[in-house]
Amino acid sequence: MRFLKPFYLTVLCCLAGCASGIAREALTLQAEALQQRRLQTRRFETVDEERLLSAALDVLQDLGFAVDEATPQLGVLVVSKNRDADSTGEIVGSFIIGAVSDSEVIYNVEQKIRASVVTRVVKNRHSTLRVTFQRTVWNNRGEISDNESIDDPAVYQEFFSKLSKAVFLRAQELQTL
Amino acid sequence: MRHIFFSALLISTLLGCESIDPRILDTTTSQSQLGVRQVQTRVFDTSDKERTLRSVIATLQDLNFVIDKADLSLGTVSATKLDGYALRMTVSVRGRGEGQMVVRANAQLNTNPITDPAPYQAFFMALERAMFLAAHSVD
Repeated sequence: MRFLKPFYLTVLCCLAGCASGIAREALTLQAEALQQRRLQTRRFETVDEERLLSAALDVLQDLGFAVDEATPQLGVLVVSKNRDADSTGEIVGSFIIGAVSDSEVIYNVEQKIRASVVTRVVKNRHSTLRVTFQRTVWNNRGEISDNESIDDPAVYQEFFSKLSKAVFLRAQELQTL
Repeated sequence: MRHIFFSALLISTLLGCESIDPRILDTTTSQSQLGVRQVQTRVFDTSDKERTLRSVIATLQDLNFVIDKADLSLGTVSATKLDGYALRMTVSVRGRGEGQMVVRANAQLNTNPITDPAPYQAFFMALERAMFLAAHSVD
């Protein structure tokens, strides 16, 4: 017991150190931050932030998101949605592994996808809009099996393609009024 | 029956004697409250609260956070970063004197509060770049 104590202390120190190390890395600007910003940001020829946020809301609603938080004074919109996370292939694979190894079958069942949209007027000439997606996945035991930022460029390209159309339609609407 | 009664009485007495969970108020952290506050706080020479908050939001997005909440009148922004872990951060902004803004950030990684200075130094370095202003430590 006496010689076990230093071991536990070492483990605890490592865990505390790891938490601080992870947090330090997470809060340090990485080299790829600029590339990420480009992927997640588009420029719009308007200084009307509310109109831009409203067009973004239209698109996000089309994509099935619900609003969690809206603060137009700071150009912020926060949305989320819950969806199934099962893929047939994964479940079949898990059952086969479970049957062969006689272990409990674990597979993903649900995911929560969140996004924040932030607009900003630049030099009183145009606006930028940045969107960031992330998701948390739960398995059939109710445990979090994955949480991650969504970095797939296709997701952002698709979102902005829909947003450009929505902003264009909004502009058209204003012209016909 | 009498045994059950006495056992119940003993358990409730023991429960009553137990002190509060130290994690509720984080009373077990090694640093003093003042020390933690100094690590988590910087001052910027600007009187523009909205600009400061917008720079905080932009910095958090650059660091791959998704914003949870933002409030201009209260001067707060909360955000979460997911990358195999959940790092939750709240940043508050309040005016000090004529031309200064006090920015305080506090973070938790999964279930652990972050009290080490290094992560906050990294965050304020990133915020300085977004603000185009130097951050001063609090006196």
